[in-house]
Amino acid sequence: MTERVDDIVDVCLLAGKLMLESGGETYRVEDTMTRIAASFGVSRSHSYVTPTGIMFSVEGTNVTRFIRISERSTDLSKVAFVNHISRRISSGELSLDGARKELERVQRQPLGYPFWQQTAAAAAASACFASLLGGMNHFLPSLLSGGMAFWCFEMMHRLVKIRFFAEFFASFVAGGIVLLMERAGLVGDVGNMMIGSVMPLVPGLAITNAVRDLMAGHLIAGLSRGAEAFLTAFAIGTGIAFILSIR
Amino acid sequence: MMIVQLLLSFVASSLFGVIFNIPKRLLPHSGFVGMSGWAMYMAAARSGIDGVAATFVAAFFVAFLSSGFARRYRTPATIFIVPGILPLVPGGTAFEAMRHVVMNDYNAAISLAAKAFMISGAIAMGLIFSEVVNQLVKRRP
Repeated sequence: MTERVDDIVDVCLLAGKLMLESGGETYRVEDTMTRIAASFGVSRSHSYVTPTGIMFSVEGTNVTRFIRISERSTDLSKVAFVNHISRRISSGELSLDGARKELERVQRQPLGYPFWQQTAAAAAASACFASLLGGMNHFLPSLLSGGMAFWCFEMMHRLVKIRFFAEFFASFVAGGIVLLMERAGLVGDVGNMMIGSVMPLVPGLAITNAVRDLMAGHLIAGLSRGAEAFLTAFAIGTGIAFILSIR
Repeated sequence: MMIVQLLLSFVASSLFGVIFNIPKRLLPHSGFVGMSGWAMYMAAARSGIDGVAATFVAAFFVAFLSSGFARRYRTPATIFIVPGILPLVPGGTAFEAMRHVVMNDYNAAISLAAKAFMISGAIAMGLIFSEVVNQLVKRRP
């Protein structure tokens, strides 16, 4: 039995780790792990999840595990996949080995969209948003500055592992490009273009997760996600303020 | 003009979905959620409702639609909420606040920052109220 409990805990932790690393809410991670454990017959398990680590323990045995989450990315389709696998486990469709294989397949799977597609999407989203606020003549300039901002964010993030600096740098670049275009007489109103260009950097997931975790009563996770959202917004604002001060 | 706005918000929200790596088949749905949220916001703002209240109404609607889609497609609601609330984020107000900070006009900056903060709070309240409605409906047999 103990061996089996070990295996069940392995599968639970793998599912939890995948979800948390891909940007799932903390309460969803706890819920998923408890559900998976329960459907394999471990009805009394306890978990404690924060954005940077998972603790999982099975009542009545010596099994307690801890894993550290050091790197997080945003891949909501992975969260959806793991969610789907957990549903299939609950309905008895998947065995323990089957579940492990499915989860390992999700783990190996690359990001949903290649980097160039994401950059193109960021550019086009910036352009759409700037036009939404200021009119269609904002479209082309924001396409350039928004795309460059996202590209710079990823490149800087690969180079320096300080997320907030990468965000600051990206919004600085976005503002700088808009400013240069203004100097060259290509654009008139810089405000809406700068706002549109930094939209892909806005911490939408952190805001949503913070609210949803706080609602579920996960105060520590909710507050730390809220701090992440606040610091990101602050980094973006500082980058833009830098540009405005040298304008 | 209204149609252009709707179209732009649809495209922008589905493209935000690409940045957050949401599944390909659900991109149009997230675009629809974003478009509906923006339409609600515009409708409320044009009828003279204050920006904070308009954001609250729009965020509520976004979360309500998202939970409907989440049940329908058996997938986390976050997938629809995140691209949906992005157009509501108070980028313009925050930008104006920053501009006044740079001009050393701290009085205007603080009042604008407070407004941006209130709008963010309205987004959060919208999400919470929609969850409240969900749980009340779920309770009913």
